[in-house]
Amino acid sequence: MYRTSSRMVRLLAVVLGLTLVATACGGGSSDDSAASGDSTAATGLASITLNGSGATFPAAFYEEVLAAFNSDNSGVTINYNPVGSGQGQSDLAGNLTDFAGSDSLVKDADKANFDGGFLYIPTVAAPITVSYNLSGIDSLQLSPEVLAGILQTDITSWDDPAIAADNPGLELPSTDITVVHRSDGSGTTANFTHYLELAAPGVWTLGTDKTIDWPSGTIGAEKNTGVANGIKSTDGAIGYVDFADARATGLTFAAIKNRDGNFVTASLEASSAALDGAEVAADLTYNPLDAAGADSYPIVAPTYILTYTSYTDADVVAVLQATLRFLLGPAQDQANALDFARLPESLRVKALAQVDSISVG
Amino acid sequence: MTTDSAALFRDHDRRGLFADRAFRTAAMVAGFSILALLALILVSTTNAAWPALKGQGLGFFTSTTWDVPHGQFGMLAFAYGTMVVSLIAIALAVPVSIGISLYITEVAPRRARKPVIYTIDLLATIPSVVYGLWGVQVLAPWIDPHYESIAGWFHSIPVLNTILSGRPVSGVSFMTAGIIVGIMITPIITSLTREVFATVPSSLKQGAYAIGATRWEMIRGAVFPHSRGGITAAVMIGLGRAMGETIAVALVIGSSSVVSARLFNPGDAMAAVIANQFGESTGEYRAALIGLGVVLLIITFLVNGLARGWISRGRRKAGIA
Repeated sequence: MYRTSSRMVRLLAVVLGLTLVATACGGGSSDDSAASGDSTAATGLASITLNGSGATFPAAFYEEVLAAFNSDNSGVTINYNPVGSGQGQSDLAGNLTDFAGSDSLVKDADKANFDGGFLYIPTVAAPITVSYNLSGIDSLQLSPEVLAGILQTDITSWDDPAIAADNPGLELPSTDITVVHRSDGSGTTANFTHYLELAAPGVWTLGTDKTIDWPSGTIGAEKNTGVANGIKSTDGAIGYVDFADARATGLTFAAIKNRDGNFVTASLEASSAALDGAEVAADLTYNPLDAAGADSYPIVAPTYILTYTSYTDADVVAVLQATLRFLLGPAQDQANALDFARLPESLRVKALAQVDSISVG
Repeated sequence: MTTDSAALFRDHDRRGLFADRAFRTAAMVAGFSILALLALILVSTTNAAWPALKGQGLGFFTSTTWDVPHGQFGMLAFAYGTMVVSLIAIALAVPVSIGISLYITEVAPRRARKPVIYTIDLLATIPSVVYGLWGVQVLAPWIDPHYESIAGWFHSIPVLNTILSGRPVSGVSFMTAGIIVGIMITPIITSLTREVFATVPSSLKQGAYAIGATRWEMIRGAVFPHSRGGITAAVMIGLGRAMGETIAVALVIGSSSVVSARLFNPGDAMAAVIANQFGESTGEYRAALIGLGVVLLIITFLVNGLARGWISRGRRKAGIA
């Protein structure tokens, strides 16, 4: 009995082993056939999956339009994982993904990590609101200097003369100001503090980055939704929230004095005006912060897709280009409905040319 | 027949010997792999944190400034926050846990014990993020006005006003994080102290009753002295858990890097900083965050090691008694 059962076990083990080997080989060969291209007749695009990761700021837009792209092209799957711009950049540099979403530019020190170079493809932009909660006050005007003073807690009360000077005729309460900011590292923080540095030089001393050293007594909250809820639940609170979340939470936002001296409230039209006023660099990066123009809202954040300059697989290039053309084409019409500002025509044309330049090699 | 079965047993013995050796080796490899894994984690994280440790020098451990734009990374404010939150959590969780354990072992009727134990264990299975979301969505807005009124009472009392007052009194704060973590570590401290109380020899308890002790006098005179080492160990293990608690703390602590005695103000803690900031970090900034992880790992080792020491000392004592 004993011997028989152990022989059975050995036999089973051998069979199991063989099956494993066979499966492994089978898996390998089917991978090969996928890579060589199972073209679908309908779209002419290979049935492949492209993965991207990065910025959370445009994630709502990408997820919506990529879902539409995926359902238009059966067999093609484009995934976008909103893990943050920094993580997106390092995922792409490590070849873990095929493209990255980023609100921020790649730091000079990290550029060498991208084998063969990379391209910036601008996609959409969106305003960052200065939202506040002050009972009885539903319109507020702030100049960049006063805004900077409030956020670094030099100005601590709503009836401060500096705020009154921006709002002639407005009766402000003596409520204490509570500053709410992002607790997680964020491109929104980077863009917003970059704006303060540009528009309130000499006043803003906290610098600009994805996380900054906020003064004690300010409150951190996670993500845009956390900040929005924090402002909503605290009388006297002020903070920066992206446009979509500020609207979804029903926050009131302040009108900010732009470079031309006009107080402008955050809106998609005012953001498009700012994009028109922004100077675009040769690599298609641009800075719409503190842009010129009478109607420009001064705090608008750009966002980009990062791709490699060339890919070894022709199918990857074809699908990636089709995806990006969709993002810059039909998807642009959906942008406003999703609370994002579409690119101005001149920039869109340049971005499409950049997409065409992605090569196989 | 007899020779046959003898041969079979000899054969069996040889096989048994081989199997025994194989088992020993396999078990030893498994045992050492844990040590190897820990060593590898420590080496690779320290290695990844090295640029920050080198760049910041001693300042990494002694500075309270965490200023990313200006490249200054000091962990002291976060270490302080971790300590404050853990101490609040321990202060809240330990009395409650000991109370629950005494109820289960000494007071509750036998039928009621199992349901209470199950319920406590159930608390331990709730994911950390659920506690965190409950903390930030429900507890923080509810508790904010209560903090305000407490701050009002102690406003002009020296010493207490530096702890319980001071703007901005906020629903997300050291205190709220401490409360949440306190709730989270209650199950583990309860189950450890319950086991310790269960080891108290009934001869001791009966002896106490025999000389006319009430139930409380019996607990004070027989259960507590016998369990002191075990309780300390349970507290230390709870402390280890509290210090490592991440997502829940990240959500409710308010993320402000300050060293402040004001419990109702926002602060920050090491694990929470890592969770909040890692995704968007690069270069030396990322290395500094990994450095926080290394320090946290070492502190947790020390606390757990201390707890183990106490447990084994407690066991030896119990053996003698």
